[in-house]
Amino acid sequence: MADEEKLLKRMNVNFDRCKGCGLCVTACPKKIIEIQNEKLNSKGYYTSRCIDDDKCISCARCAIMCPDCAITIKVIKK
Amino acid sequence: MSNQSSPKKHLMKGNEAIAEAAIRSGCKCFFGYPITPQTEISAYMAKRMPKVGGVYLQAESEIAAINMVYGCAGSGVRCMTSSSSPGIALKAEGISYIAGSDLPCVIINVQRGGPGLGGIQPSQSDYWFMTRALGHGDFHALVFAPASVQEMVDTVCDAFDLADKYRMPAVILADGLLGQMMEPVHFPEDYDFNKNTEKPWAANGHGNKRKHNIINSLFLQPDVLEDENFKRFKRYEIVKKNETKAEIDIEEDTELLVVAYGSVARIAKAAVDMARKNGIKAGLFRPITLWPYPEKELQKAAEKVKKVLVVEMSMGQMVEDVRISLKSRIPIEFHGRTGGIVPTPAEVFEKLKEMDGDDNA
Amino acid sequence: MIMPSYTIPKALCDVPTHYCPGCTHGIIHKLIAEVIDEMGIEGETIGICPVGCSVMAYDYFACDMMEAAHGRAPAVATGIKRGNPDKFVFTYQGDGDLAAIGTAETVHAATRGENITVIFVNNATYGMTGGQMAPTTLPGQITQTTPYGRNTDIEGFPVKICEILSQIDGVALAQRVTVIDPNTIKTAKAAIRKGFEYQKNKQGFSLIEVLSTCPTNWGLSPVESLNWVKEKMIPYYPLGVFKEGAIR
Repeated sequence: MADEEKLLKRMNVNFDRCKGCGLCVTACPKKIIEIQNEKLNSKGYYTSRCIDDDKCISCARCAIMCPDCAITIKVIKK
Repeated sequence: MSNQSSPKKHLMKGNEAIAEAAIRSGCKCFFGYPITPQTEISAYMAKRMPKVGGVYLQAESEIAAINMVYGCAGSGVRCMTSSSSPGIALKAEGISYIAGSDLPCVIINVQRGGPGLGGIQPSQSDYWFMTRALGHGDFHALVFAPASVQEMVDTVCDAFDLADKYRMPAVILADGLLGQMMEPVHFPEDYDFNKNTEKPWAANGHGNKRKHNIINSLFLQPDVLEDENFKRFKRYEIVKKNETKAEIDIEEDTELLVVAYGSVARIAKAAVDMARKNGIKAGLFRPITLWPYPEKELQKAAEKVKKVLVVEMSMGQMVEDVRISLKSRIPIEFHGRTGGIVPTPAEVFEKLKEMDGDDNA
Repeated sequence: MIMPSYTIPKALCDVPTHYCPGCTHGIIHKLIAEVIDEMGIEGETIGICPVGCSVMAYDYFACDMMEAAHGRAPAVATGIKRGNPDKFVFTYQGDGDLAAIGTAETVHAATRGENITVIFVNNATYGMTGGQMAPTTLPGQITQTTPYGRNTDIEGFPVKICEILSQIDGVALAQRVTVIDPNTIKTAKAAIRKGFEYQKNKQGFSLIEVLSTCPTNWGLSPVESLNWVKEKMIPYYPLGVFKEGAIR
């Protein structure tokens, strides 16, 4: 992922820290989080990701819900 | 101890002297639970601690009391608890955690008779418990066996210093007799209530100045746990080398060596004196540290003797350490009373006469 | 302009935890760490871990930590606090630890009004040992040691800690919360903060009971577990403040 692109992401998931539990999915008011089933992390979990950054409102509910401190949130003001 | 010519003497009960000595050794917190025959320690602490800015707290159980000691010691504060045999049994769990976390503290055991609820009279039947199995796992505690009220004071002071030095629990193993008897004592003149050695390992708040300290005895990796135990036992080797203590009263021609500790050693001393007056060549060996056991000192003292008599207020517990030390090279006999019965000098003297007679027959 | 709006609290070490996926221990750890950060007290705080799933929490909190024997954390906390009255001391205990083997230590620390904060994680099972009946296991709940469901005629009834503590004069705060969605998490954090504030002002013993999940031993998915708390646990263990007010 290009640095520029990374900067634009609001929901950042620490790929190797995520255990794919899906609690963030339940917390998202915009329903834009999913557990991907393409790539396992080093611990053997499919991880969560935001599927529509444009819809993300940086409310941080996913991060608050994450038991593993795997999610950090940025607010991007254009 | 001060060597001044006329130190101030106080007439005190053994239990009270222990408490005062602890305070003067910088013991800041005392956590207790009532049990006969040690309750005077708690009562004294309850009275004195608030006056010197220390903490006295009566816990809800012996288990809680020793865990308070664990927490307090882990935060780097000099602290102590006291109990008597059945109560010490309840503390075994906490003592193991203290040893496993390499924490210093002082534990007083004013022994009473057992097993079970036993009785409240003097006994020495916790010898194995204190020196062999003070809790689960591989560990030792320093064990001191004072024989007088003055020595209670001296060993308490040593116990705090050595516990800090070697980061291990120290036990004062007294009995109901020593706890209750009154004798004149003097205290160290260099009263320093704030005496507390530097403890960089303590969990007392890192103040944003260092990495966090963890006080812990859990090591799930077998090689790590083994290494922890190896390190601890290496330290024990140093303790064994440097910290054994005994009082030896023998003469060039001593043939019968009496081995006894604590209050029984004083009874044995009276018996030895009676024997000497009656022409029996008797001597006395009195271990002051029970762990580490003064093995080398005993071997040296027993070099030329013909027989050894071990006297205890138990069914025979320390006698095993005497056998280990002397490797059964000389005949070792045992005389014990139990259940709270204190042996008399006369009966020990009778035993010595008997042994001397066997020898001359 | 890019601003971080949610970051990891400093009072947590930057390490992965050993907790199962979806276990809410991690959320509760984070809340405590956030409170420690917000109050700026990491350097003056000593935490005590229990025996149970959170036995290794000493590796996760960045403040000084001590590991206690099973159930003894309130006694250990008492020892630390009495020796260091100006430091912050908290215990982190599970239901087996606090409400079974450590009941005496819990109740008596509370009666003394010990100035400590107890975080009590109630997930109705012994997680670490593989899901046996806990003192807080619900009537009818199936566990490894209640394979036919907890029968109250045989195994008795669950222990309601907040209700018990509400009768004790030394308690400044007894509150039950949960962490099953962002709103309840917010309330839980506020309760933990209150507990630490009572401690700061030397106003007595505080206990925050957190209804938590154990997806692995409940045999449910992490998301189903959140619902189980809502549907089964909360009706038996109602949320709310059971006692509040400075005792000194």
